[in-house]
Amino acid sequence: MVDEVRAALEAAGAERADAVDHGALGVHVDARVPAGALRKAVEVLRGWEFLIEDVVGVDAAPEMMVVYHFNHVGGGCRVRLRVLTDRESPEVPTIQDIFPGANWHEREQHDFYGVMFAGHPDLSPLILPEDAGDLRPLRKKDKRLKSLGDVLPAFAPPEAGGEDA
Amino acid sequence: MIPRPDPSQETLVLNMGPQHPSTHGVLRVVLRLDGEYVLEAHPVIGYGHRMHELMGEVRTSSGFYANVGRMDYGGALSFGHGHVLAVEKLAGIEVPPRAEYIRVITTEMNRIASHLLWFGAFLLDLGAFTPILYSFDDREFILDLLEHVTGARLTFSYHRIGGVARDLDDKFIEGTRVFLRRMRERLDVYDKLVTGNVIFRKRAEGVGVIDKDTVLKYGATGPVARGSGLAYDIRRVEPYSVYPDLEFEIPTATEGDSFARYRVRLAEIEQCLRIVEQALDRLPDGPVQAKVPKKVKLGPGDAYQAVEAARGELDYYLVGDGSDVPYRMKIRPPSFSNLSLLGEVCQGVLLSDLVTIMGSLDLVIPEIDR
Amino acid sequence: MSNALPPDLIRLVVSLAVVVGFAFANAAVLVLVERKVCGHIQRRPGPFEVGPHGLLQTAIDGLKLMGKQILVPDNADTKLFRLAPILSFVPPIAALIVVPFAKVLQVRDLDIGVLFILSLAAVNVLAILVAGWSSANKYSLFGAIRAVAQNVAYEIPLLLSLLVVVMWVGSFRMSDIVAAQDGFWFVFTPMGFVAFLIYFVTGLAETNRAPFDLPEAESELTAGFHTEYAGMGFGLFFLGEYTNMLLMAAIATTCFLGGWNGPWFLAVSGTGVVATLIQLCWFLVKVYGIILVMVWIRWTFPRVRFDQLLNFCWKVLIPISMANLVATAVVAKLVPLG
Repeated sequence: MVDEVRAALEAAGAERADAVDHGALGVHVDARVPAGALRKAVEVLRGWEFLIEDVVGVDAAPEMMVVYHFNHVGGGCRVRLRVLTDRESPEVPTIQDIFPGANWHEREQHDFYGVMFAGHPDLSPLILPEDAGDLRPLRKKDKRLKSLGDVLPAFAPPEAGGEDA
Repeated sequence: MIPRPDPSQETLVLNMGPQHPSTHGVLRVVLRLDGEYVLEAHPVIGYGHRMHELMGEVRTSSGFYANVGRMDYGGALSFGHGHVLAVEKLAGIEVPPRAEYIRVITTEMNRIASHLLWFGAFLLDLGAFTPILYSFDDREFILDLLEHVTGARLTFSYHRIGGVARDLDDKFIEGTRVFLRRMRERLDVYDKLVTGNVIFRKRAEGVGVIDKDTVLKYGATGPVARGSGLAYDIRRVEPYSVYPDLEFEIPTATEGDSFARYRVRLAEIEQCLRIVEQALDRLPDGPVQAKVPKKVKLGPGDAYQAVEAARGELDYYLVGDGSDVPYRMKIRPPSFSNLSLLGEVCQGVLLSDLVTIMGSLDLVIPEIDR
Repeated sequence: MSNALPPDLIRLVVSLAVVVGFAFANAAVLVLVERKVCGHIQRRPGPFEVGPHGLLQTAIDGLKLMGKQILVPDNADTKLFRLAPILSFVPPIAALIVVPFAKVLQVRDLDIGVLFILSLAAVNVLAILVAGWSSANKYSLFGAIRAVAQNVAYEIPLLLSLLVVVMWVGSFRMSDIVAAQDGFWFVFTPMGFVAFLIYFVTGLAETNRAPFDLPEAESELTAGFHTEYAGMGFGLFFLGEYTNMLLMAAIATTCFLGGWNGPWFLAVSGTGVVATLIQLCWFLVKVYGIILVMVWIRWTFPRVRFDQLLNFCWKVLIPISMANLVATAVVAKLVPLG
């Protein structure tokens, strides 16, 4: 199952899809997907019996990350898709037409980070009040902001030494 | 889009909530009605939002732990269990087996209490007043036991990173065994009192049918998924803690209606009793707290921990930066996804059915709003 | 002085005062009984703090309700809003005038007694409609809509089931109906039994009691038609509801359970003081027996859904009561009463 999903994700345009230790990390497949290939990768998962878990933003420098979690109903295959996007004007395509459940998750991350989900029909505040405007509470202030490579060694630039999640 | 009044149509826009007896908290559902028929149901959430995720990013894990129980007042221990498991996973802490067993026993007791709360509230939604007092009678029994061991009745804050706060004593164990016997008899009483009632059956059967695909699309979990024929229970499909050692079944029903969800939850109480009984029998000796460094350093890296809370799958996603404060902490509460399918399921139902459906989803609003 | 006032008028005023007092006392007792019975059904003692065994709880609650400010919502139709509680409370009390509590305990024995009661009882739905409409609240309006549809539908089987009795006796007069049951009660005849069951179910619906309490279904409509009422406005609706229950039970007792007649071997038909007291006791025992069953049902069953409620009425109750009426007509022709 894990290998099939990895192969299918890579065929759908994922940069890499690694099988990782579920006991230590909590997922079976950890895939890095360019924003352009996200919808294709998600459609692959929709074809199998995957259910959507959540959409998570992680604010970091120089790029922020949007993480998607899916789980297979039979178990044994929890998939994480990581999408990197620009920090100043983050934008990734919406997947709410593939998984309608993503609608609320995307709105929530739009509330918290200001991530634009291109193609989303209604990005009005879901959890924050209607007049929240540009509050973006989970954006890291300068002091707290770290580089992606520091928090996730797998994303460190090659010369820094960290590699392979 | 939230429905707005439209004079050109003969429809009525009704704000159900934020204060309404059957929204169980501060949920607002904006309805577009044609007579008694619901054309559109649009849940509006966030009235109880407290930004727990941000608090999780500025406090140490043990400092934040007290928050998690505040999200789900019905089943606080599952939320605590998931949180400490996630932190332990990322920090690489081994938990003594006795502590893990105690966690399972208390969590399962809490799950029964949560289902009993739901049982009463659901029937209250259907206009039956009496069952809630029967189920609260039993729930009190559990809460008294849990209060004895944890010191609190709802927001237990019982777990510690690497263990639990206090060991179980004989009084708790004896009391739990008494409860197990009593609860099995009481389940029959519930069955006789409610399950066969013709009005109840007519109100619940065939109402709010959620098919398998809707469950997958919306990521609904817990009894909602199991009532639609998916045997999806994190305790089995992705075993954690000591659940692999315990024998229990995952009750499912295939109809996907409110009555199926009702049956699944009642059957789950029975399975919880089995789990508690086995865990008590196998409870190993030993310490209940691992040696844990003063500063629990997280990462760098990320970890994902899924547990089965009373209402469905609860996930914690932790990103650590090597300090003792998480860099990112995401909580995926079960009711959030379960509620998100309300709009799709409630098209064309009657107003009374909407109340039935919301009740059968077992919503806890603070957990949705976080 | 006594010559100036006709004795009939004095009798009327005194009896009216007694009837109104009885209605209030009845509501006070019923509220307590309802809460106590509900408590015991739910395995708890019910109100217990005020007075011995909580007996004074209703009195305190009544005082509290009277002490509260009467609020009228901004957009409400003030006149109608204030009129509605009175509309709900007065007609059932007025209807008690023709109820024979004992052979001589009857304020007025109208020859259209049954009609009189039913027409006054029908005002209840008007009160709910006025309350729901004038509140300018969507939930109240829904309650009113439901109440009208429900009461109009259930009035038909209610009338049909009472017509069975009227046809049998050949009179609308309450005292005739009771007299006709001297010896055997209509509930013990096949047609009478069916009519009694139909009457009881429709009576529950007419008084908006659970499981037919849709106009005030609090899990759906917060409080339905009386959502906006506070203090004594709500209190009067409450009084009206309990007086309506009393009225429904009194009609059932009169028309089906032999009125003030005791069972065969204990029947007392005199007009003396002792005989009247015994008759009154029999009447009240039957009335409160029926009311207790109504209370019991309320705390046991879930609420039905609106469409189920109407379907049940139009598709089950009305055909059965029609058939029952026809059967009664045939039998009454073949076997003349007495």
